[in-house]
Amino acid sequence: MRNVSIIGIGQTPVAEHWDSGLRDLAAHAARAALDDAGLTNVDSLIVANAFGAAISSQSHLAPLIADFAGLRGVEAYGVEVADGSGGAALRAGYLAVASGAVDTVMVLGVEKSTDMIGSAKVLARNVSLDADDEAMHGATLPALAALIMRRYMFEYEVDLASFEGFSINAHTNGSKYAHAMYRNILKPGAFVKAPMIADPVNLFDSAPDGDGAAAVILTATPTANAIRIAGSGAATDTLTLAERADLLWLQAIETSTNKALAEAGMTRDQINLFELHDSFTIMAALALEAAGFALRGMGWKLAQNGAIKPDGALPISTFGGLKSRGNPVGATGVYQAVEAVMQLRGTAGANQIANARTAMIQSVSGLGSSAFTHILSI
Amino acid sequence: MFSANGTGKPINFLMQPDRAVGIIGYGAYVPRYRLPGSEIAKLWTGTSAGSPVKEKAVAGPDEDVTTMSIEAARNALARAAIDPQQLRAVWIGSESHPYAVKPTSTIVAESIGTSPSIQAADWEFACKAGTEAVQASIGMIGSGMGLYALSIGMDTAQSRPGDALEYTAASGGAGFILGRAEEAVAIYQGSYSFVTDTPDFWRRSDEAFPSHGERFTGDPAYFHHITSAGRTLMEMMGTTAADYTYVVLHQPNVKFPQRAAGMLGFKEEQYATGLLANEIGNVYSGSCMIGLTAILDEAKAGDRILMLSYGSGAGSDAFDLRVTEKIDAVRGRATTTREYIARRTPIDYATYCRYRGLLKA
Repeated sequence: MRNVSIIGIGQTPVAEHWDSGLRDLAAHAARAALDDAGLTNVDSLIVANAFGAAISSQSHLAPLIADFAGLRGVEAYGVEVADGSGGAALRAGYLAVASGAVDTVMVLGVEKSTDMIGSAKVLARNVSLDADDEAMHGATLPALAALIMRRYMFEYEVDLASFEGFSINAHTNGSKYAHAMYRNILKPGAFVKAPMIADPVNLFDSAPDGDGAAAVILTATPTANAIRIAGSGAATDTLTLAERADLLWLQAIETSTNKALAEAGMTRDQINLFELHDSFTIMAALALEAAGFALRGMGWKLAQNGAIKPDGALPISTFGGLKSRGNPVGATGVYQAVEAVMQLRGTAGANQIANARTAMIQSVSGLGSSAFTHILSI
Repeated sequence: MFSANGTGKPINFLMQPDRAVGIIGYGAYVPRYRLPGSEIAKLWTGTSAGSPVKEKAVAGPDEDVTTMSIEAARNALARAAIDPQQLRAVWIGSESHPYAVKPTSTIVAESIGTSPSIQAADWEFACKAGTEAVQASIGMIGSGMGLYALSIGMDTAQSRPGDALEYTAASGGAGFILGRAEEAVAIYQGSYSFVTDTPDFWRRSDEAFPSHGERFTGDPAYFHHITSAGRTLMEMMGTTAADYTYVVLHQPNVKFPQRAAGMLGFKEEQYATGLLANEIGNVYSGSCMIGLTAILDEAKAGDRILMLSYGSGAGSDAFDLRVTEKIDAVRGRATTTREYIARRTPIDYATYCRYRGLLKA
């Protein structure tokens, strides 16, 4: 396998982009990434998207975006693994370059989810659940997350306030970042009083859906400020929550993390920052545990004792994460890659983590049904 | 304001009739019942907090847009002190016309003694149907087609129980008789309309309650249209916020008109008199029109007023008015808007459901 590096990044702010469609957002990110890499073309385009068909009545995105991004004629295809699509596309691009089949790949994530509201939006979003055994019976992603969170609170005897540190950290970091969707600072105590979505998951617990596009360009022939993909690992767990033997262990995250670390030849103490999938605070707590950064039942402690803050032992959500920067569902994994590159280049501005040399990014679908973990390094 | 039309000649979008037109009579109507926001919050959220307005006006069981329009029309006629037979048009803007097919305006025209030599029609443009009729009235009087025309904005606004709109969707409105400037209590200096296809709020003909685009009803809808209309009219008139004594905006709640007024450079002392939403809710087609009646109840000769309506779908009408010395003689001839607001009978949610026909057997 050849070494693979990221040599270009591009993105739009995550927002309610009511005046831009899928193709506009994607073209903006693609051109920014090409400019950043100093390229005018690539060998291959891989498009990550979750809800184009369900929300924008648009599948078949790869040739559409290739055309509008000025890459007409290029090899292009799509990858869909719900909100893990971005990480999956990054791994596909990584494998394509590492194999020697192509030299440069653009991995582009794009999502447009805010043009639909109310029950239509719930139904569209529910296509990523188990249609027969979950969605059919009225389950939604927040409702299923609430089941896990309630179990966690019961098993480990922690209260709702114990999770507030995740959202406070995310918003504190996002408040310093112009591209973030919600830049308000959460005061201690506000979290437990937020309007309820699916008890105990409330408005300040759950990441907001946003529109956006992000792109990275991978190559086997790095430039001066290239960031190397040192390791890549992926795994699945059950799609159906009820099929899991252990509701409080995200097996796909454990497996993919171990694979990525093994490929990079690294240990956890070398990771300077971790961009995880904080779609709900319970997902952040469980990711820290399954990825081996906290003992079982103790993930919430890292939020409480400040370890996840920018100056802590393991900073997470350094630009706001899904909670504050926003969750552009299928594009989220590519946003994580863009943000990790900014940290490792030292261009993260007010969000810069001091002496960042190695970053772990983890793109997760649903409530851990699949996980794509990458380790980026200077 | 000005753009090339292909011939190199600039287009002036300012609307000014051939001969000056003004308001010669105005009249408000607010039904007496009030549903406090805390009653609605208590039912749906379990707390008494969270309502965007203190309370809203509710039409009684024997009231609808027809009866309420007749009340406002009589007040306007009393102030105008003209023979109803001199009216050439009765135009009623509403999204709560009692009939889908059969005009409200013919009933009102007949009831106030204007028929049969009269134009009558119902107008529809969400919450700006009433001010759209005012624009047309300016054209009618300004061209000399008629001496007087009556435009009314009146609603008994619908809201689905439990929807966010339920806190504000209210009943009430106002009417204006327009005539020549020489007889007017306030003269139109100029007007402007700004319209785009923006689907922020709608109700199909066979549906009982409206649908809305949630947060989309804010920035790209209300704020974009109402500030564009206001800014453009002021640019064309060569004015700034400081030139106006009063500003009155469509008021779906309290915060929206406050923020929009601020965006246009207005201060609280300019918008406070016409901002009635906290006490009566959002009376839809009548919203900024009844706000204007509250201003005319207090205004002095020489005062300048900017009026900005908003209708979903979407558009905004902007009017620049100057009050004349005739206002002092006219305002006392009918019930003032503040008197209507003070005439208040609070009701609970169950009574509200009965009055609004929300109970289904």
